[in-house]
Amino acid sequence: MVHLSFWSSNLPKIEQTLGAIAIFFAVLGALFYIAGRVNGRAARPLAGFIFLAPALLLLLVGLVVPAIKTILFSFKDSNGIKYIGMKNYQWIIDNPEIHKVIVNTLLWILITPFATTALGLFLAIMLNRMKRESLPKSLLFMPMAISFVGASIIWQFVYNFAPPSQPQTGLLSALARTLGFTPPNWILVQPLNTFLLMVIFVWVETGFAMVILSAAIKGVPADIMEASALDGATGWKLFRLVTFPMVRSTFIVVLATMVVTSLKLFDIVRTVTGGNFSTSVISNEMYSQIFVRFDNGRGSALAVILFVMVTPILAYNIRNLRKERSIA
Amino acid sequence: MSIMSKKTPKIADHNPGRKLFSSKFAAAVVWSITILWTIPTFGLFATSFRPKNDVFLTGWWQIFTHPHFTLSNYDAVLFGKGDAGNVGGVLPYFLNSLAITLPAVIFPVVIATMAAYCLAWIRFRGSDALFFGIFALQIVPIQMSLIPLLQLFTGGAHIGHFTLIPALGIAGKLAGIWLPHTMFALPLAIYLLHNFISSLPRDLMEAAYVDGANHFTVFRRIVLPLSIPAIAAFSIFQFLWVWNDLLVALTFSAGTQTISPINAKLASLVGQWGSHWEILTAGAFITIAVPLVVFFSLQRYFVRGLLAGSVK
Repeated sequence: MVHLSFWSSNLPKIEQTLGAIAIFFAVLGALFYIAGRVNGRAARPLAGFIFLAPALLLLLVGLVVPAIKTILFSFKDSNGIKYIGMKNYQWIIDNPEIHKVIVNTLLWILITPFATTALGLFLAIMLNRMKRESLPKSLLFMPMAISFVGASIIWQFVYNFAPPSQPQTGLLSALARTLGFTPPNWILVQPLNTFLLMVIFVWVETGFAMVILSAAIKGVPADIMEASALDGATGWKLFRLVTFPMVRSTFIVVLATMVVTSLKLFDIVRTVTGGNFSTSVISNEMYSQIFVRFDNGRGSALAVILFVMVTPILAYNIRNLRKERSIA
Repeated sequence: MSIMSKKTPKIADHNPGRKLFSSKFAAAVVWSITILWTIPTFGLFATSFRPKNDVFLTGWWQIFTHPHFTLSNYDAVLFGKGDAGNVGGVLPYFLNSLAITLPAVIFPVVIATMAAYCLAWIRFRGSDALFFGIFALQIVPIQMSLIPLLQLFTGGAHIGHFTLIPALGIAGKLAGIWLPHTMFALPLAIYLLHNFISSLPRDLMEAAYVDGANHFTVFRRIVLPLSIPAIAAFSIFQFLWVWNDLLVALTFSAGTQTISPINAKLASLVGQWGSHWEILTAGAFITIAVPLVVFFSLQRYFVRGLLAGSVK
């Protein structure tokens, strides 16, 4: 089945991979051995340096410097050579197509995080009330393991459309026909198509929200629930006054994570529509500007806008982390 | 913290007000949603085993009334054979994915564990500030790093005429994908592992130091073995992330088909074979098979890892 030529062209990759891993551990082992022999006052700072330096170097080269460079690029022309002031941002402000992209991104971060987290919480509460919860939990969580590309194909197949004369093989189209109306070509219908893309996101991420919120709900002390139940709190009231306040902080953490994930979203849009039919989002538009139109400046300006949008959420997270630390 | 445990606070069996949300009702709701959630994946799975003509003419749900299966789609996708024409075979891309993923998991996990140990136990002035700084780096979207990193790999880094970092020449090579993945993983990895490692028992560590063990011995003999749960959790997380990534792969393997991972190949199949659902579904299933196996066999650790970051 597999030809010899297959191995001759692919074996080097496997060798490279295993070789790189071996070298990595050999270098570390040697460093540990040599530095471990050092005694006296230099020992501690040297150990600290060896443990920390690789990470700091990589972070500096991979994130800190590039972030600064991207900000500079956003003020330069398409080749990244000449400074052109605010022109790239002016382009964003003036271009109605980019407005649409930004509106789409805002829709994504307003709708999907709430949909995902709320549904996750609902499922977590329901799971908590049923017996033998582990199988449905696994199945609901499963899409998390599937890539956005894989998920996009799964759902494109659901949204698949055939002309009215032909049989419908897409589940949604077939369902529409069974209900008695002619299915449209879903992916082309604006603005419905953006919402259909969001469904894919919600499908993937709800399991994540559910698992984390489920753990939080199980963490609510049983006696608190019992006492409230004895006091007559039931159903919606119990949820609103007892359960939700107890898991509120987790809910917000999940929500923030979802906002960041949906803000950076790229794969679903890229795979399903390629950003066409007014479905593009900032991350996809940035990719198109850089790798399709070869305009570093505009692409960087879009990346900076993403950065500015993420900042308040992570600032909030950092504030929370500091608070936790000071209590601990 | 066992997530899948069945410890449910039994509170309201005697409470009439909770009849509405009785266990059976909850189970019915959960199972309906679960089935709804699983149908799309099942449809993909079923379609990938159906003959080409069936896929074109009838919906996959026909398998219940007219079961008719074939492996020819997998033959076409894996080895490039079949009546759909020359797909090219995704097997090399599958190997690419493995070749990318293994180092891109091992490197950041080891480097992050070392850094986390240092920040937690070899404390120095400013180590707390540094920890917050690293956590804050999650703020930088990957998108911001792509172009500068790509330029670094092809052109190096210079200050005036002085070459700070020479052109690494790893653009379009495997190392050119390992490195970005390693870099981007570090903030979250260091944060999660620091949470775990800083909570190791102080007495144990101090006893080892008193016995004359240096930091390297303590790291190897105590910290590593005790941190296995956290390391496993993050490794799974990182494995899924790298295997499923599209943006980094597209950017750093741009043009060179020899190293692009299966996920990127799958994305390009959508463009080329958009109407050939028998090819796409089989390709998609091959792509998601590995993460699904990893997920179902190790989900306990995975969940634990996720929780370490979000629930206190």
